[in-house]
Amino acid sequence: MSEPLLRVSNLKKHFPVLGGLLSREIGQVYAVDGVSFTVGRGETLGLVGESGCGKSTTGRCVLRLIEPTSGEVVFDGQSVMGLGGGDLRAMRRNMQLVFQDPFASLNPRMTVGAILAEPFIIHGTVTSPSEREDRVASLLVKVGLKAEHMRRYPHEFSGGQRQRIAIARALTLEPKLIVCDEPVSALDVSIQAQVINLLEDLQAELNLTYLFVAHDLSVVEHISDRVAVMYLGRIVELAKASDLYRNPQHPYTRALLSAVPVPDPKAKRERIRLKGDVPSPMNPPKGCHFHTRCPIAEERCKQTSPELREGSNGHFVACHLA
Amino acid sequence: MAGLTLASPSAEPQRRGYSPWRETWRRYRRHRPAVVSAVLLLLLIAAVVLGPFAWRVSISDMDVVAGLQGPSLAHPFGTDDLGQDILARMIYGGRISLAVGLAAMLVSVFVGTLIGALAGMSRGALGYALMWLTDLFLSLPQLPLLLMLIYLFRDGLKAVFGPEGGIFILIVLVIGGLRWMPVARLVRAQFLSLREKEFVEAARALGASPVRQVVRHILPNALGPVIIAGTIDVAAAIIAESTLSFLGLGFPPDTPTWGRILYDAKDFLDIGPHWALFPGGAIFIAVVAINFIGDGLRDALDARKVI
Amino acid sequence: MALLDIKGLKTHFTTDAGILQAVDGVDISINRGETLCVVGESGCGKTVTAMSILKLIAMPPGKIVAGEIMFEGRDLVPLTSHELDDIRAKEIGFIFQEPMTSLNPVLTIGEQIAESLRRHEAVTKKQALERTVDMLKLVQIPNAAGRVHHYPHQFSGGMRQRVMIAMALACRPKLVIADEPTTALDVTIQAQILDLLQDMKERFGMAVMLITHAMGVVAETAQRVVVMYAGKVVEEAPVDELFGNPRHPYTQGLIRSIPRIDLDAAHKTRLEAIGGSVPILINPTPGCRFAPRCKYAMSICTEREPRLREIAPGHRMACHLGDAS
Repeated sequence: MSEPLLRVSNLKKHFPVLGGLLSREIGQVYAVDGVSFTVGRGETLGLVGESGCGKSTTGRCVLRLIEPTSGEVVFDGQSVMGLGGGDLRAMRRNMQLVFQDPFASLNPRMTVGAILAEPFIIHGTVTSPSEREDRVASLLVKVGLKAEHMRRYPHEFSGGQRQRIAIARALTLEPKLIVCDEPVSALDVSIQAQVINLLEDLQAELNLTYLFVAHDLSVVEHISDRVAVMYLGRIVELAKASDLYRNPQHPYTRALLSAVPVPDPKAKRERIRLKGDVPSPMNPPKGCHFHTRCPIAEERCKQTSPELREGSNGHFVACHLA
Repeated sequence: MAGLTLASPSAEPQRRGYSPWRETWRRYRRHRPAVVSAVLLLLLIAAVVLGPFAWRVSISDMDVVAGLQGPSLAHPFGTDDLGQDILARMIYGGRISLAVGLAAMLVSVFVGTLIGALAGMSRGALGYALMWLTDLFLSLPQLPLLLMLIYLFRDGLKAVFGPEGGIFILIVLVIGGLRWMPVARLVRAQFLSLREKEFVEAARALGASPVRQVVRHILPNALGPVIIAGTIDVAAAIIAESTLSFLGLGFPPDTPTWGRILYDAKDFLDIGPHWALFPGGAIFIAVVAINFIGDGLRDALDARKVI
Repeated sequence: MALLDIKGLKTHFTTDAGILQAVDGVDISINRGETLCVVGESGCGKTVTAMSILKLIAMPPGKIVAGEIMFEGRDLVPLTSHELDDIRAKEIGFIFQEPMTSLNPVLTIGEQIAESLRRHEAVTKKQALERTVDMLKLVQIPNAAGRVHHYPHQFSGGMRQRVMIAMALACRPKLVIADEPTTALDVTIQAQILDLLQDMKERFGMAVMLITHAMGVVAETAQRVVVMYAGKVVEEAPVDELFGNPRHPYTQGLIRSIPRIDLDAAHKTRLEAIGGSVPILINPTPGCRFAPRCKYAMSICTEREPRLREIAPGHRMACHLGDAS
């Protein structure tokens, strides 16, 4: 197997919790607690889990928009962790981000043209203004908008159109990897499909690699080659999408999948209902993080935390009982 | 409520020629008192700037015989005890009063924005230190301090910049220098929330330097409240200057600012009320107009408010 | 007789760009004990329709300009807000999408539920508290007797939604309107809440009007479905019929544009997106409001507005396509 484009090893991000009179550290949120995965060239890895599981933080740590506490991120054979200043900026040409909320991710005081031209100015890649304009125009066309839209402000566009602009911005520097952080969850159902199709078309055309972070299991299954399921800062299962969805091994994955409402009123499916809420990531349970809600937990699950082990055929599970 | 969220645009790009500033102007026009006030203030400015070309009476021509006359054709605003033409003195003094207001506002907005921005971007001790400084300034008793500073520095500055220039610089610096704190707090709060916004994060992800993030992305979006605060500051500075002049600590007696004219008139309220009425009215109109303009700008720049 | 019968409801909003026709001639009826899902995208008017029933919209800018809302044979439209207070909570309960904003943060949840009980029923303070604790037990809040004295912020999102349900059901209303009750929740919590709603419905026999944008939620909860688009009802059918034989192009688009987790073959096939975006309902174009996005649009579609009519027993839709056949 060739070297993957992205290799993340034992990534951790602990946010300090400040409190008291002098803003002293009174605890830590274990947002990401030892996550390892790889993403191959041209592949889409889905990162799925419920709110607070650390999936978005993982995505931002990979880009070093959030400084990881520890761990290693290797992109295209080069460690991202040690980079600083200009090297980090240069590295960012290769990795971009698409945000969840297209209403918050575009500067309301800049025209679309200025937003899309900015990366060229920052990196000095295209210096002539007229050439920049040509490039912006072709980017807009590429994402399904019109060249004349560059003179307008984000305010004038609908959510779906804004997300197209945000995707165009991510493409300006011709990156190899795009981290998509819930890119369709703020959009209407009929618009979601447009954006998903666009992302797939662009991947095929530009040989892009996606790290696709989302909570919607149906969307993640649709777009991903492989899927990693996260729970309380850890990956509990990682496998090929078809494999994971047809043959889930971890009890959390099973429960998660069975909870997804299916648009078929005749479907009779067996439900696994999880009791209670996700524990606070400020003091996650000892042992396996899932044992407090797990229907099959045993004594050892409360004591030791299971390793992410490879079963057959690239199917990884972190469970004592799988 | 739910009904209002429906009003948010959702379809094809609409009007042509939209820009945030044009949108602000459209919203501003809906605030009638603010529009009237803006016209009034512009007239006032035009009057003090262009007035001397139309009303060519000297401010220092004395005619003690014609002292304390009420409004007449020769002296539309009447005369003071020395027979000086009040209209001419008001035009001259209005220039100084409005200039002081404007300049002091620029000082307070500049200092406030600088300190607020530094505090808002700093994640360490600097931010705390600057906010302590702001709180310290806020807790100072303003008027005694103002008086003390003027006593201390008046003569030094007079010697360097001349009596009028020196006092102007001193008053502007003192008023502006004691009014930047609210601006600094405002800017810091704006920066703290804006720097976490996704479009700023996007700029960071694209490799934008911190300076670029501030100048292109954070500052333009933080300006709205600063403009509103600045507007109100102009009014406050005009009042502060009048107060100082009224206490006899502002400009020298031969420099007739609105506050100074009012000060001179206070002893003749019974026999020459017109003398106090005109400068008092001018201050009142200017301050009320500026405050209404501030209100209009608040409505226009606050995008959350659906008009 | 239907429990609730909305006829020709028009709720408009005054904006500075013109009149926003958020709900424009909607007919919906709900029978006793029935679960009706109203489905559509943001801006389709589903929430405004529901809010209009109890006049929970801000008026102005909103206004019910036409139509009647018959609840047990009584028209609610002419009633004042004060008169409606007797119907709110007692006859019709409401569950909002965001429980945190609809619970008062400075009162304990017990005080809030008991308040509504004492307003509508002659019970003592002690009885109200007992009933409240019973209600909280019913919605499966652990340690209900202790939790009754807690404030809303001390509950998690899912627990807060349970509290909202307890509050909405405390007076045993005949109809519960739930506006996107699970949209803000995680999928495992959503499943818990939908189960709870179903459970409560079976226990109390009330009718449920569930407003949602998620077709999966519709399929799992509804008996009958109303599909709304741009302020109008475009299709209405029993749930099996709607998913088995969707007739309106918009309904078809909605069902086909979502990725399906339950079908193997669907994996990696291209999604059928509906082009364009939801129109702004200020000065809408004549004809069918879906026509600009419809792949079957004919010339008549932009000229004449299609009427909602019955095409099979219990199955109504508003599309010119059916006319030809």
